[in-house]
Amino acid sequence: MNSNNLKKTDVIFGIWPCMEDNKYPILEAVINRNPDDIIKDIINSGLKGRGGAGFPTGLKWKFAASQTESEKYIICNADEGEPGTFKDREILLKVPEKIFAGMAICSHCIKAKKGFVYLRGEYKFMLPQLNKVLESFHESIRKTGYDFEIKILLGSGAYVCGEETSLMESMEGKRGEPRNKPPFPVVEGFNNKPTVINNVETFVNVAMIQKLGVAEFVKLGTDDSRGSKVFSVSGDTPKPGVFELELGMKLSDFVAEYGDGDTKAVQVGGASGFCVPRKRFEDTIIGFEGVPTGGSMMLFNSTRSMYNVLSNYLDFFAEESCGQCTPCRVGCQQLIQGIKAVKKGSKNEDYLDSLLKLTESMKITAKCGLGQSVANSFYSIVTNFKEEMIY
Amino acid sequence: MTETHELVKQLADKYGRDRASLMPVLQAVVEKQNYLTEEAMNEIADQFGISAAQVFGTASFYSFLDTEARGKYVIRVCKSIIAEMKGKKAIIKALENVLKISVGQTTPDKKFTLLETNDIGWSDQEPSMLINETPFTNLTPEKVINIINEYSSK
Ligand SMILES: Cc1cc2nc3c(=O)[nH]c(=O)nc-3n(C[C@H](O)[C@H](O)[C@H](O)COP(=O)(O)O)c2cc1C
Ligand code: SF4
Repeated sequence: MNSNNLKKTDVIFGIWPCMEDNKYPILEAVINRNPDDIIKDIINSGLKGRGGAGFPTGLKWKFAASQTESEKYIICNADEGEPGTFKDREILLKVPEKIFAGMAICSHCIKAKKGFVYLRGEYKFMLPQLNKVLESFHESIRKTGYDFEIKILLGSGAYVCGEETSLMESMEGKRGEPRNKPPFPVVEGFNNKPTVINNVETFVNVAMIQKLGVAEFVKLGTDDSRGSKVFSVSGDTPKPGVFELELGMKLSDFVAEYGDGDTKAVQVGGASGFCVPRKRFEDTIIGFEGVPTGGSMMLFNSTRSMYNVLSNYLDFFAEESCGQCTPCRVGCQQLIQGIKAVKKGSKNEDYLDSLLKLTESMKITAKCGLGQSVANSFYSIVTNFKEEMIY
Repeated sequence: MTETHELVKQLADKYGRDRASLMPVLQAVVEKQNYLTEEAMNEIADQFGISAAQVFGTASFYSFLDTEARGKYVIRVCKSIIAEMKGKKAIIKALENVLKISVGQTTPDKKFTLLETNDIGWSDQEPSMLINETPFTNLTPEKVINIINEYSSK
């Protein structure tokens, strides 16, 4: 097993606690700095969002900071609904104080006084512990005289509410149906006020950039993918769990470390991500320059049917589709019926090409990322494992 | 005044009556009464000064805000592809046997409802399930039976 090329890191879970003696030294240091300088730090660090889409965090904050409204909000997206993803769970359980610190740093940068953590309903069991940490966080920032408050809100079992505008609808007490973009949340977000929304891990990275310094942080990763990333490893692996690795690794190195010796495919980025077959492991880079991921890595060995994998993903999308737009609502159903028909032989294999065309049009016409990304797993599974779809 | 009226009023006093308080109130009613009855949704509409259709519209969007009768303990078994690979089927079978109901049903004593749900965030420890908000992971059929027995005697 050659795992020499895989660089394990310990930025998110380890290296200096954020909180010492119930105090947040980095916060005190940060709130005495010029917000523009901190935003410059975040931009220079190259940090990109860890929720999947990979938008540069510093730029997002800069847009929000430039809004002149006096009321602004910060939201931590802890909805973590992507199948095969559970890294935010570990961050929330192990280092919640770093999340709160990151949010407070953001509040200083964009001048917001209120933050929210939108915690998926499935993680309600964490609430007592999180609120306890939050209480001591509030106590220590109050001592510094800094005005910022965080509230934890719960979701209620809807994957689409991880989509940022849907999440805001949900926070406003409505159905979690995604909004049209633009306007983007940095301009009109929660309650139509400028809002920064970031993933749990993104906020922790911000706190650690302030703690480590930009120069240290940029030593990790590649030009396109700075820093480390927390991965959720599951499926046919002897080592399922949460692992922090430097970005920009080769998938073959990853499989050498986490595979079971018989890995046939890795689904990178969850059901809405891409399936990479064995023959592509060597030339696939995990990072924004290659296959990006919110952290979900599902391994499948040669005993698994990729038809079953795809069918499970499609059922998931069909159930979680909010039904607001036709391409997604009808498209998901047609894909499910379509692959069934091909498998049964009531449609011939050419029909798969029509289904591929359908996902292409969903990518263009669906209103939000849910419907748009069905094409990713559909295309990568159907084209790489075509025989499994037919026989 | 009914019990539900009192409960909803108390919750509205606690969380507020603006639209943004609707989710917390709906969630709290489900926690207390296992699901949202028509009466509860009407009471919430009254307290919030919105139509019952709006309350139902929001509630019906969310899979955890049940508007159908549910037992005291709602079991949600994860049905992700990883759960399937790690033996979800046997877990469902064990639950169906011990509870003597099928997925989607509630026991006659209204104690348990058995459901399946999408990924609950424990793919590293499948098979998994939630009983109300408590997660149980690395399940085996034997483990599941013990857990149910424990809840039965609660
Ligand atoms: C269907 C769907 C579900 C999503 N779920 C999540 C989620 O659970 N957590 C998350 O951080 N981002 C999720 N996102 C991405 C968010 O919309 C948003 O891009 C992200 O929270 C921004 O934070 P970041 O820049 O720090 O990544 C989802 C997007 C879509 C389309
Ligand atoms: S793409 Fe799907 S989930 Fe997104 S808005 Fe349209 S119907 Fe809803």
